Amino acid sequence: MSAALAMGGYAAYVWPAYGVSLLFLAAAVVLTWRAYARARARLAALETP
Amino acid sequence: MFALANPKRFLDASAPLLPWLAGAAALALGAGLVLGLRSPPDYQQGDTVKIMFLHVPAAWTAMMAYGLLALCSFFSLVWRHPLAAVAAKAAAPLGAMFTLLGLVTGALWGRPMWGAWWVWDGRLTSFLLLLFLNLGYIALWNAIEDETRAARAAAILALLGAVNLPVIEFSVDWWTTLHQGESILRSGGPLIAPVFLWPLGLMALGYTLLFLTLWTVRIRTEILERRVRALLLAGAA
Repeated sequence: MSAALAMGGYAAYVWPAYGVSLLFLAAAVVLTWRAYARARARLAALETP
Repeated sequence: MFALANPKRFLDASAPLLPWLAGAAALALGAGLVLGLRSPPDYQQGDTVKIMFLHVPAAWTAMMAYGLLALCSFFSLVWRHPLAAVAAKAAAPLGAMFTLLGLVTGALWGRPMWGAWWVWDGRLTSFLLLLFLNLGYIALWNAIEDETRAARAAAILALLGAVNLPVIEFSVDWWTTLHQGESILRSGGPLIAPVFLWPLGLMALGYTLLFLTLWTVRIRTEILERRVRALLLAGAA
């Protein structure tokens, strides 16, 4: 297990690459979905008198 | 495609497609991640080859995003399709994100393999320019109040910037560089072993599908926001 985590001595480069990728993609999903939900809510509030 | 170039029809057509797009993206990314992390170390690059499964798909998707942004800009300039400008605008922040991801993962790969986080060579410099083109495009949209004029100006910038795409693509052939050349889509077949090609292909598919999912949601968001603005204007009048 620890051998796999060590990435053959390159853990300091490989894991940050995976971490930053996960962070960016997750943030893109969350921000995109939040903006969509907000737009839907605003439109729904305007369309129901 | 032109039949879809109508906001109402786009909303109707994309709604049932979204869960499938998102599901396929999650499946491809999950499978690619598992295969990628379980792949053996490369005989030259060791375990840093695992960064390839993140770096190459991010860079590909960034270039595809800008290509689509430029294509939509062209449609919006020439045929004035209402949806084309919306689609181009919705692609830019995603394009900027994937470009930044390509740069960051590239630096994390370059440091152990080249001994440098960054070099000012053709590939890296033209790719940095891609980030600035995306950011400049977003800034131009925000700088011009009138929506029609903003769309026109931004579309012109997008088309001028499209010259950078072939420069990125061929930079590794034109100039001396540390960056490796094309090793996948080349005549004579890929230069990469199947054990690396599978996770790379799955991750590239996953990144592409994720981009398409997020792009679709962002286009829908923009259409709804425009409807909100129109309703508010009608209410104020």
